[in-house]
Amino acid sequence: MRSLAEQMLDTLIVLFGVSTLVFLLLVLIPGDPVDVVLGESAQAADREAMRAALGLDRPLLERWALFYADLVRGDLGDSLVRRQPVAGLIAQRLPATLQLAAAAFVLVLLTAVPLGVIAAWQRGRWPDHLAQTFALIGVSIPNFWLGPLLVLLFSIALAWTPVSGNLEPGSLVLPTVTLGLSMAAITTRMVRSSLLEIEAQPFLRTARCKGLSEAAVMLRHALPNAMLPVITVLGLQLGGLLAGAVITEVVFAWPGIGSLLVDAIAQRDYPVVQGVVLFIALSYVLANRAADLLAARFDPRIRGDR
Amino acid sequence: MRMSVLILGAWLLMALAGQLPSLDAYRVSMPEIFLAPSWTHWLGTDELGRPVLDRLLSGASVSLLVALTTVSLSAVAGIAIGLVAGYFGGLTDRLISRVIEVFLAFPGMLLAIAMAAMIGPGIDNVIIALASMGWVGYARLVRVQVLSLRRRDHVLAALALGRSDLAIMRRHLLPLVMAPVWVEASFGLAAAVVAEAGLSFLGLGIQPPDASWGGMIRDGVRYLLVAPHLVLAPGIVLCMVVLAANRFGDALRDWFDVTSRSTR
Repeated sequence: MRSLAEQMLDTLIVLFGVSTLVFLLLVLIPGDPVDVVLGESAQAADREAMRAALGLDRPLLERWALFYADLVRGDLGDSLVRRQPVAGLIAQRLPATLQLAAAAFVLVLLTAVPLGVIAAWQRGRWPDHLAQTFALIGVSIPNFWLGPLLVLLFSIALAWTPVSGNLEPGSLVLPTVTLGLSMAAITTRMVRSSLLEIEAQPFLRTARCKGLSEAAVMLRHALPNAMLPVITVLGLQLGGLLAGAVITEVVFAWPGIGSLLVDAIAQRDYPVVQGVVLFIALSYVLANRAADLLAARFDPRIRGDR
Repeated sequence: MRMSVLILGAWLLMALAGQLPSLDAYRVSMPEIFLAPSWTHWLGTDELGRPVLDRLLSGASVSLLVALTTVSLSAVAGIAIGLVAGYFGGLTDRLISRVIEVFLAFPGMLLAIAMAAMIGPGIDNVIIALASMGWVGYARLVRVQVLSLRRRDHVLAALALGRSDLAIMRRHLLPLVMAPVWVEASFGLAAAVVAEAGLSFLGLGIQPPDASWGGMIRDGVRYLLVAPHLVLAPGIVLCMVVLAANRFGDALRDWFDVTSRSTR
């Protein structure tokens, strides 16, 4: 087990690499970004102003240093279109995305853990096959098709839920399912295979031999141990929810950071694109690291030592 | 397994049919808009009167082309990088591992979306965006295996015989690491199909009037009330292909996994 300081340093290096990569994305724009944003017939003065706003009038290394100087102060630059700080735009849109991601996460916990436990328990029988089929379908349906499909069924055919937006009651339901299904499917698989791996361990035989009921063996001994890899995967997916929310938000016109990103791409508002991508990637890294720490805390083998 | 192969074969046939010159995928016909499926138009027509079946076939060509190119590019680059990292170890390995870690820090399609946003849409750019994200999986896979293989006797023997590093990597290490690479590639195929469709759905991939499954879903969503078949047809085909490629990967993995084979 590495020390906490080592892990922190490790995380910092990754964060540094991620932000450098996002910074370099701007270099990928073919041709002159100013032409791309303003069009070729723009006035010379406007072009100079835009060049300064994007920082293109400075050498790359200096821009890189400035990028970091701003970043550590939480400054992600200003939107070219809305003339507002990017960080402020993200802060405005973040609550809607977090609401959606939290709802999807709860959905995953409520479906994947029970389904995975049942599948492992009834291995090879029909509940297992059912859970496996659910997992396979869930993994294979892309959310940009699942969303319209759910709208077709529940909003149009049955008229139970609103089609889009986040203002009416019940409007959270379809986006949550759209965002959460594939994650629930992956997690179900993970819980199942993790439990089956634990199944072969001698300490479960011991627990059975001392006369514990099957339910007690499952809940008290197998599940806590099986949860370790699951927590790590959940951490991986928690950040993944932010990325998955990009498409889900577009499908349902959900006013979160995902639709902010896609709108910014359409408007060639590069600072906003950079800012949102950076924000999502950094959150993802931090969520993973938090999950690793959490998994270490919950590890029954480690817990006993304290 | 047999079903997956059948579906993947059908995808190939559709892609070939998508190249037929007799297709009407781009013929706008205003009197024929939003026709329901019928004998003349098996899958109906879209908002511009174009036959959905023809566009579906044309989209199959695009998705197959993008998926195969993306997977080949990613695999070749990833394998090469993984081999170098695992074989040379030390500082090279540490540097490459860091880079891999940074690329893995972008969840799902985020990096591809960001790349596509910067370099612009179009088939070539979609492939570039997807491959720049896809190589990481192969690199990680190959690196870990090579790390454990490079002190094996046959590699040391080859070294003692004075074989070059390149020859050792190619002749003595590469063949041993290919099994999981094939598994990764078939999952990668599924992922590339979804990612291409996803980018096109967001308007960052294949541009109209070119047909792509994701673009068809994007356009169809606007007419969900009047013509649900515009969304259903490409979605069902897309899911079948993805499902088949995933199943194929599962089957391949079980087949390569000797321990699971012997217990059956």
